[in-house]
Amino acid sequence: MNGKTAAAGIDGEAPGARRRAALPRLRIEIDPVRNESPWWVPIAAVVAALAVCAVFIAANGMSPIAVYKKMLMGAFGTKFGVTETLVKSIPLLLCGIGVSFAYRISFWNIGAEGQFLAGAMAATAVTIYMPDLPAYAALPLMTAAGIAAGGFWGLMTAAPRAYFQVNELISSLMLNYVELLLLDYFVFGPWRDPGGLNFPGSPMFTADQSLPTFGRTRLHFGLVFALAAVLLYAFVIRFTRWGYELRLIGSNPEAARNAGINLNRQLLLVMLASGGLAGLAGMAEVSGVAHRLMYGISPGYGYTAIIVAWIARLHPLGLIVSAFLFGGLIVGGYSVQTLGLPAATSEMLQGAVLFFVIAGAALGRVRIRRAR
Amino acid sequence: MHEPHAVEMRGIRKQFGALVASDNVDFAVKAGEVHALLGENGAGKSTLMSMLSGVYRPTSGEILIRGRKANIRSPKDALALGIGMVYQQFRLVHTLTAAENIMLGEKSSVWRGASWMRRKMEEIDAVAKRFGLRIDAGRPVWQMSVGEQQRVEIVKVLYRGADIILLDEPTSVLTPGEADQLFETLRQLRAAGKTVILTTHKLREVMEIADRISVMRKGRMLKTMSRFETNERELAQLMVGRSVAGDVKPEARRPGKALLEVEGLTVEAGKGRVAVRGLSLTVREGEIVGIAGVAGNGQSELAEALDGLRPWSGGKIRVCGREWKQASVRTAIDSGVSHVPENRMRSGLAGSLGIVDNLLLKTYRQPERSRFGLLRGRRNREWARSLVEKFDVRTAGLDTPVRQLSGGNQQKLLFAREVDAGPNLMIAVHPTQGLDISAAESVHRLLLGLRDAGRGVLLISEDLDEVMRLSDRILVIFGGMIVGEMGRDDADRERIGLYMAGMRDVPGEEAS
Repeated sequence: MNGKTAAAGIDGEAPGARRRAALPRLRIEIDPVRNESPWWVPIAAVVAALAVCAVFIAANGMSPIAVYKKMLMGAFGTKFGVTETLVKSIPLLLCGIGVSFAYRISFWNIGAEGQFLAGAMAATAVTIYMPDLPAYAALPLMTAAGIAAGGFWGLMTAAPRAYFQVNELISSLMLNYVELLLLDYFVFGPWRDPGGLNFPGSPMFTADQSLPTFGRTRLHFGLVFALAAVLLYAFVIRFTRWGYELRLIGSNPEAARNAGINLNRQLLLVMLASGGLAGLAGMAEVSGVAHRLMYGISPGYGYTAIIVAWIARLHPLGLIVSAFLFGGLIVGGYSVQTLGLPAATSEMLQGAVLFFVIAGAALGRVRIRRAR
Repeated sequence: MHEPHAVEMRGIRKQFGALVASDNVDFAVKAGEVHALLGENGAGKSTLMSMLSGVYRPTSGEILIRGRKANIRSPKDALALGIGMVYQQFRLVHTLTAAENIMLGEKSSVWRGASWMRRKMEEIDAVAKRFGLRIDAGRPVWQMSVGEQQRVEIVKVLYRGADIILLDEPTSVLTPGEADQLFETLRQLRAAGKTVILTTHKLREVMEIADRISVMRKGRMLKTMSRFETNERELAQLMVGRSVAGDVKPEARRPGKALLEVEGLTVEAGKGRVAVRGLSLTVREGEIVGIAGVAGNGQSELAEALDGLRPWSGGKIRVCGREWKQASVRTAIDSGVSHVPENRMRSGLAGSLGIVDNLLLKTYRQPERSRFGLLRGRRNREWARSLVEKFDVRTAGLDTPVRQLSGGNQQKLLFAREVDAGPNLMIAVHPTQGLDISAAESVHRLLLGLRDAGRGVLLISEDLDEVMRLSDRILVIFGGMIVGEMGRDDADRERIGLYMAGMRDVPGEEAS
């Protein structure tokens, strides 16, 4: 009640012109009590995004309903569609948990893409330089290398921020391009498959270097990694001392300092975990899906993961749901290409969802009232 | 028939959901008077003011300005009626200069060249000078002290032509000296025929400045009277709703051995500014040592050093006989130093987290609270529940975000945490700032309870009444040094005031 309520008449009438009382006067004000938008906002955001994109689809001469139906069927309608969706949601989930860790303490890591690539490259390096390892040695080593490389790449943003106050938004984004160019260098240069007909990619992995799959599907062991990571994330945040420290830092860093928490150390630790998870995603992708390192190995998983994390509001269960949803969006996006729509349709949808989620988070605290 | 009231509010009712913030309030202010609206936090003073300034609209009732019915729908409407408000939290853009802030929102001219600017500056200076408000119109706001910022706010209101001036808790952010200056300004405004309404919960101020006084409690208007018909005691009773037991004035105890020894402490505050210079003090078992002083004389830096938050560049800090090697919050916590920080929501509590998480802040590392890296959830909840009961924290539940608690309950929660940690030494900085009388009283009781249990308390406060009421010894800080010391019995306001102003009667006595 301390005058926090910023009120504004939105009808723009001059104070004197009060004759037309027929229209109700509306006031937009910031709700003084509520600090979080209600739970249904992400769902409303998805619906709104679908509605807006429908306009563009219609402008392309297609029936939005038919397109959405096709996407839905493509992603979730067949057994193949569902496993494909799951395959896509593995890297999304792992990277999503990674960035969620960082967002918990308000560290804006948008470098999951680069950390993902670092993990993919490190895992590939194991196959290149130690080609003859048996599966029980190769896979753990590749996993460890992927996590370590991703974590190291995470530290590359955390350390400058901790010691020199370098803005992490910029550094993590820029480092993505470094990784992208590094990837190009390896697949066009030293690691190019000599028998690959100039295809920019490393030699195919052997069976010993590939993650096992479930039955005859393309669904691979990375799913176990991803689910284990969600469980671990949920457990750490809810029950552990470290999770408590992270919650405290996220809520009020100044109070956390008063509790004797070393903020810089936590920053480094969190980015080690965050980058490590994205690196693990990169390893799982090369070893489980592509079976080689190649040009364009990631269709932007690291960026989509940011949307996945936000729409889930960093909540573990929400992460599973939103990763699956966005996996479906990617797969559905492929399937509408057969209708003649550009593949960018699914990217447009992703962008629109993020836009509405953020708008919802900002406007969820606002209420509209009828003023007398 | 005499002149109409400058402001008259009839049967004003304002409801926020189920909460009735003003309940059928009648309130009238004569033209050209200084009228004080007195009441505890949450009595409905600010709501009433906000309805005058157009931030809120009454649910029912009517407002008359200079005898004419007014419909105030926005601050703009209020200004058109000549009503200007100075908020408790200033509405200034920090990167702009005072003059730019004052002219903000003016639509009168498109061309704003140098000559226009000069003319405006002159106008602003003229307004400021007329009411004896010293401001440097060309200076950016962020470089100004709080008192100066407030003067800019007042000039802004005057420049825009207000003649009914509302001030919400104007002295809550000011040092005593600045408050005196403000009162001088208010007198000049009155002399110039302006009507001034201010809200406050400080009795001394009311008696000093107000012509008439209205007292509110729990959304109701209790009484309006002239200053000469009443006294502080009656006002306090009206405000609190029960007879205030006189001063707590606890009897002195024999202090025990030294808990905190500070020798020649020097603390730097960045950019080469030395905030604390060669300061020495001792706090013993079973005593409250009060540090009085005008804000900005090194109190914050001293407290931060003693809480392990800020490194020091010279001197020694010993707690319970053990010397601290470096600034470390962990060391401070482990040696039993509790800390009630200056600004509880900024550095003491995590607003979006619940009660349990906030209570755990200092002790979550102890085996009682966590084992093998895991929090002992159920046990911690039980413990939190018992503390909430013991310290009478009013809350809807253990998971309610603490930012939704009232200021008094937040402070109780903070004390629950800091007292329950079983401190040897408590460092309390402005512990009752912004609290109403009954919440402040319970804070005082807690501090005295610690003292009686043989712990030491270092009380840093700008509220001289508080320091004098609680402390066994009073130290006065000025320019980062202790410039005066007196015991409970030989303390007198005037001498403390002189010390606070930097005048020392026995030079060199406290130097180290």
